[in-house]
Amino acid sequence: MSNDFSIIGKPTAMVDAAEKTTGAGKYTDDLGLPGMLIGKILHAPYPHARIRQIDTSRAERLEGVVAVAVGGDAPNPYGILPVGHDEHALALDKVRYVGDNVACVVAASEAIAEKALELIDVDYEVLPAYFDPEESMKAETDLIHENKPHNLEKDYHHCFGDPDAGFAEADQVLEARFISNEVTHAAMEPHSTLASFELDPHTGKLGRLTVWSSTQVPYYLQHKLSLVLEMPMQQIRVIKPLVGGGFGGKSEVIPLEIIAAIAARKAKAPVKITYTREEVFWAHRGRPRTIIDLKTGVKKDGRITAVKARVVQDGGAYCSYGVVTILYSGALLGALYDIPNIQYDGYRVLTNKPACGAMRGHGTVNVRFAFESQLDELAAKIGMDPAEIRQRNLLQPPCITVNGLRVQSYGLPECIEKTVERSGWKQRKGKLGKGRGLGIACSHYVSGAANSIIRSDMPHSTVNIKIDRDGGVVVYTGASEIGQGSDTMTAQIAAETLGCSLSRVRVIAADTDLTPIDIGSYSSRVTFMAGNATLRAAVEVKKQIAAAAAKKMGCEVEELVFRDDEVKRARVGAGDSPAQGQPAQNPRGPNSRGPLFPQGSSSPPLVPSSSQHAEQASVSGRVEGQILRGSLQQKRKDEGLKDWMTFEEAVVAAIDFHGTLTGTGSYAPPQEARGGKHKGAGVGPSPAYSYSAQVAEVSVDEETGEVTVHKVWAAHDCGRALNPVSVEGQIIGSVWMGMGQALTEEMVWKDGMLMNPGLLEYRSPSSIESPAVEPIIVESIDPEGPFGAKECSEGSLAATIPAIANAIYDAVGVRLHESPFTPERVLAALRAKKSAKSLNLTEGVDPTAPERFREHGGVLLFKGKGPERHALDPARRASPAAVEGAD
Amino acid sequence: MNKELIELRVNGRTHEIAVEPSALLLDMLRQGLGLTGSKRGCDDSSCGACTVLVDGVAMMSCTLLAASCEGQEITTIEGVREHGSLAAIQKAYGDWGGAQCGYCTPGFIMTVKSLLAENPDPSEADVRRALSSNLCRCTGYNQMYEAIRSAIEAERKGLAVAK
Repeated sequence: MSNDFSIIGKPTAMVDAAEKTTGAGKYTDDLGLPGMLIGKILHAPYPHARIRQIDTSRAERLEGVVAVAVGGDAPNPYGILPVGHDEHALALDKVRYVGDNVACVVAASEAIAEKALELIDVDYEVLPAYFDPEESMKAETDLIHENKPHNLEKDYHHCFGDPDAGFAEADQVLEARFISNEVTHAAMEPHSTLASFELDPHTGKLGRLTVWSSTQVPYYLQHKLSLVLEMPMQQIRVIKPLVGGGFGGKSEVIPLEIIAAIAARKAKAPVKITYTREEVFWAHRGRPRTIIDLKTGVKKDGRITAVKARVVQDGGAYCSYGVVTILYSGALLGALYDIPNIQYDGYRVLTNKPACGAMRGHGTVNVRFAFESQLDELAAKIGMDPAEIRQRNLLQPPCITVNGLRVQSYGLPECIEKTVERSGWKQRKGKLGKGRGLGIACSHYVSGAANSIIRSDMPHSTVNIKIDRDGGVVVYTGASEIGQGSDTMTAQIAAETLGCSLSRVRVIAADTDLTPIDIGSYSSRVTFMAGNATLRAAVEVKKQIAAAAAKKMGCEVEELVFRDDEVKRARVGAGDSPAQGQPAQNPRGPNSRGPLFPQGSSSPPLVPSSSQHAEQASVSGRVEGQILRGSLQQKRKDEGLKDWMTFEEAVVAAIDFHGTLTGTGSYAPPQEARGGKHKGAGVGPSPAYSYSAQVAEVSVDEETGEVTVHKVWAAHDCGRALNPVSVEGQIIGSVWMGMGQALTEEMVWKDGMLMNPGLLEYRSPSSIESPAVEPIIVESIDPEGPFGAKECSEGSLAATIPAIANAIYDAVGVRLHESPFTPERVLAALRAKKSAKSLNLTEGVDPTAPERFREHGGVLLFKGKGPERHALDPARRASPAAVEGAD
Repeated sequence: MNKELIELRVNGRTHEIAVEPSALLLDMLRQGLGLTGSKRGCDDSSCGACTVLVDGVAMMSCTLLAASCEGQEITTIEGVREHGSLAAIQKAYGDWGGAQCGYCTPGFIMTVKSLLAENPDPSEADVRRALSSNLCRCTGYNQMYEAIRSAIEAERKGLAVAK
């Protein structure tokens, strides 16, 4: 494939950048409609309770309240996965987590709505609740969902190859438990939805519904609205305005999106609901707390012989994407390294906490942390450099892994090489002095799932292109821009393919009335799938233009080159034999952009210099106007055959022939990439995988346990970087989010209550805590990606956590098995290493404290005497007989 | 609560508006004046998406009473454009990938404006310290530093040309 591009591969400001930097762009909460009312949701105060009765009469009587919606107003169940329709927009008979949705008040103002919430009387019968997944799995009674015995959402047991033989053959085997605590997306824009019904002119009743929503998946939203509201899909229009970040948190239907529509129907007026930041934390759908029991065997030469993983995910109260998450955790043990034998046992467990769903690096991140940490430990055991052990286990693509994943382009070797080189790994590793170290880790991710969550043969992406007489290119795509650059990528691919300038292209995206179906922005699928669909649509239109242009130029279609807003015959280089028997002489020398002006014409040669072109085009636009361009074209016709045309002229020529130009392209993953036949084989396969290798440099304060990340070198194989500035932004953003999970971010639960539902308490890193990240782009040019491109927005995240963990080991010699690596956990590990005497700091605080702390992973155990406590510290009141906690 | 009539001066224009004493500046800007560029990302001054300049000082409008701003000069993101064109910092944020989803961007730009007014040649440490009042979940901040550096350079070149 040629590398000579005019648009792609060049750092390009996003097409919507000015809207964002001037504040002119509209996000859902910035929208308003005449007569719009505000909705506020009443949330459950108990983690598990039966609703005996709801009395909304007092609230309804409050001046300014228009309606109060409850579960009975739209009782149909829904859920993002066809196998997981276990949610109701508003609870019917039971609430399953603190924050579950009970009722919605619609009022003239937010203040009135809030006051009305207090006037709703709900009679609850509190039920025993489950907070720890391993406890929850033992449940016999008071099940969270009656049809899920033992509160088990789903379990999978996969065995590929012969793991027992693999372990028998290994020279070193390690087995350990890893825990990754729960994290959430915390996108800057809180979820918001505005719903409005039109009156039907024929029936005079409520007719079509329009919903503006902060969503990554407008079409799924349209589908679920149709299900719950019992309206045909074609009566529902979903529009996605600007979205202020998603990271997976908006990749499924969030309750408020449906509640707003139910409320608008009941209030017979437009209703907007915007979550507060606290509600965003309750809505959650983030990465589940994951317990990973991992066993890996290697030979002395570093080759991995077998892997066995038992993964338990604390899924929260509803299915959400859970079945997919638990499958990804197992499937993506493959396709990074060559592992001949894999055993996987995955359990997705229900608990009385907000549902977990998809989050950046869906399903792979926590298991990758465990795997890469254990691989590092094994390298140390066999005395091999951690970078080298990774190089010893590379795949030999093209290949199909033992668990049925097809790998074609594979930039991992180059990623490792580059990151090792740039970080000075070989010279600096182990020589950074006390408390400072380097760690390496790798990761990968899908470029879109090869199998849609809805089982059907429909294309995953479809794109329409329309070009009219003005020469403007309008691309209609269902792909959802959420800040990752989807619209810009679409415009770039269309412009590159059509050989026109970026400013000519207008992208109309994510409006179910206007744009063809695209299943949404998740699983890093947009560049690969919507990009391919855009490419195909553009090629389709280009064919029509080329046919007309070739006719005008009296040449073959194949001779035409579309570039820089011109259509011209391919340059005839010196010594090449000219096509169509034209004379090969070129009076303007070899650098001239077009071939000869036809002989015999009396007019001067027509301008094959781009600056002159531009001038002429603008003059023609100004003087003659768009409508007259056809006649301009007519005039030129008399000038005989040409060997170049402006893009507009070529377009007009084609329109004269076809009418307005339209082209449709769609993409469905090829059958070979759709994976094996075993149960659960649908999740994991992708048409292409991205690869990432990272080195982190950290220092650890041995007094406080504080870890500082100084720099991360992150090499990422994105196939081809269509827009390098965006690719780098995605790599840095992924690494940064991984660092947040590694060091500070954690949802802390106590008895089903979230202890830190605020951005500062959740400890999203600020610029002070954020390291320099050096992104290194590796281009493996995928055979099926658009211009060779693959994903770049998620794959880098998973490597960061183990890279930091491994760097901590390099710095101070302790292995951390639980993330985030907070000062408490690092100190505990340091003290354990010194085998100092143990001390349980939580004893005496509350008799149930150790158990409760374990529930959210905060094992506050210290070995040894521990730091001197303040005189009033509750821990000093501890009885000396208190038992030592478990490790 | 009874409303009071106040004069709010925003982006060089005076608006006479009726506000409840408890009304927040952010709500007045967004709902009262339709200036939706300032965003609400939290409700408690955690995130800085609502940052505006009050007499040149970066303040979080989500925890500022509108009535307390009477007589002060408020600048929002809508007032940052220069002569109808993108200001250097706005252009640079676009070019260098300083904005991804863009939700935090208005707040960051106001913070940067206030930083550069105080310190036209900040070190990277100064920039990091100043930006720590705002949160971003997309960019990891790195590309913002490049944008700010490039905006400072552009301003400097612009000044040199003007001289």
